[in-house]
Amino acid sequence: MDKNKIQEELKNIIAIYVPEKEILDNLTLEHDLINDLKINSAHIVDIVLDVEEKYDIMIEDDVIMQMGTIGQAIDVIHGKVQEK
Amino acid sequence: MRQSLKEIIEALPYQPPFLFVDALEEITENGSKGYYQLKKDEYFYQGHFPNNPITPGVILIEIMAQIGLVCYGIYLAKEKLKDQEALLVPIFTSAAVDFLGPVYPEDQLEVTSEKIYYRFNKLKCLVTCKNILTNQLICKGVFSGMIVNKDKIDQ
Repeated sequence: MDKNKIQEELKNIIAIYVPEKEILDNLTLEHDLINDLKINSAHIVDIVLDVEEKYDIMIEDDVIMQMGTIGQAIDVIHGKVQEK
Repeated sequence: MRQSLKEIIEALPYQPPFLFVDALEEITENGSKGYYQLKKDEYFYQGHFPNNPITPGVILIEIMAQIGLVCYGIYLAKEKLKDQEALLVPIFTSAAVDFLGPVYPEDQLEVTSEKIYYRFNKLKCLVTCKNILTNQLICKGVFSGMIVNKDKIDQ
């Protein structure tokens, strides 16, 4: 699956949890979900659950720690989808 | 009350006048049920409202969170950690609730929590609160929180 497509889909998934929506207009791979996008850390769990459902993948407890930035999250999703 | 349930109440980090759990009826893998009776002289009735005591909505949320999220979360975290020593700290992360009726001094509340999910240390539940005296549903909502090890809290 194309990473650009994942990026676009991920943006839609995280949108409801981002308090300041303007940031989404200029979203980059370097944006950190918690520090830059100001997502409540408990909502990271909701995002992961949404991602799991969307891509029919399973993300383990230790993998969530590797999903700090948009780029890292895309890499994890891309890797998991490839493994299927 | 079973000893294991008493131990959960003893493990709560709250103290009066901010401890809002009298008893737990049961806690399982899927949910919790417990009780709290509002005292006649709770500290918040002095101001909410003078000569017209009504339990504040935020306190109802706290009662529901202590029974439905924290007691339940301690149970789940203990199951997960088995016998490892850990100082567990509850963090309340969100609530969306509807209030359906007033609660007065000495009303007795029954709080029931059903798990929506428990993943990555986050517990999300549907929590309902019933007034036992009137059998009225008082408050219902979705609550979320995390139980974390104290060492992780500063990160």
